[in-house]
Amino acid sequence: MAPVAPKSGDAIFASVDRVNAELFTLTYGAIVRQLLTDLEEVDEVNKQLDQMGYNIGVRLVDEFLAKSNVNRCVDFRETAEVIAKVGFKMFLGVTASVTNWDAEGTTCSIILEDNPLVDFVELPDTCQGLYYCNILSGVIRGALEMFLFPSPSGVNENRSHVAA
Amino acid sequence: MGREVSESCVESLVAEIVSSYCRGFYADKPELAAPRIEAIGFQVGHQLSERYTMDRPRFTDHLEAIKFICKDFWSELFKKQIDNLKTNHRGTFVLQDNRFRWLAHMSVDPSVETTGSIQDPSAMAENRAAQATGLHLYFPCGIIRGALSNLGIPCAVSADISNLPACSFVVRIKA
Repeated sequence: MAPVAPKSGDAIFASVDRVNAELFTLTYGAIVRQLLTDLEEVDEVNKQLDQMGYNIGVRLVDEFLAKSNVNRCVDFRETAEVIAKVGFKMFLGVTASVTNWDAEGTTCSIILEDNPLVDFVELPDTCQGLYYCNILSGVIRGALEMFLFPSPSGVNENRSHVAA
Repeated sequence: MGREVSESCVESLVAEIVSSYCRGFYADKPELAAPRIEAIGFQVGHQLSERYTMDRPRFTDHLEAIKFICKDFWSELFKKQIDNLKTNHRGTFVLQDNRFRWLAHMSVDPSVETTGSIQDPSAMAENRAAQATGLHLYFPCGIIRGALSNLGIPCAVSADISNLPACSFVVRIKA
């Protein structure tokens, strides 16, 4: 039997149930707002977003594997590409790019030029130090751990891009 | 059609915030978690209704506003309209969705009410699961309350899942 070819991110995105991105953007914004009210400290909120993202990432991996038919990735380079091109596409409907590789191939940046989480979002000055998209860092970290890539140095989010 | 994301994004987000409140901050204190989940929904509903009514004239009465929620608003969110609308003509409306999407992926205990329940210590674990379901429902209740609030209609909204897979949202307009 011929092996099933891996599906492109576009094909998977077209096949999953989709919703209005505004609902997603506004829900995330409301969650961040509520966390800021409850936790008060920006660092606490960053941590909570990362933890929530981690829990989500661990679960999303199942859906990812079920729908994408990706072949086993050979190395971290390949894994990063798959996350950027297939993972982000099938969930957020946008692709990311991978750059900034270090010499050992253990660190890279995954850049999201177009990010549904931040549509129409403006941060007031009172939120200095808030990593608004930190949930994405957690999602990637959770997903990577499922692929046995523990990231002890963590996934850091800096403004609009993520360094893994 | 505007920008889209996969449905699992929204479901995961809501499931995770409910779970964080249930396990973490307000473990075993649904009375503290519930208003926060509802507040998140309220914010979302308020902003969405603002966007979806930008180009429209104001609604002439409460019924017109409720019908907007049942048709256009619900369609934007769930790609379908509310299936059944009932009213007692005295400020109470029941919006019934015969197959509420957000319940479809959760295992649900029909005895759950959004008004919360007395905790019996021996049934705590089982109740936690039921609690999580109940807390999930505060989110769409908040959305409806927020949307109506933006239309100038203060109200209270609760969910009734005694008739699964249908979910009924009971809107009581405040005089």
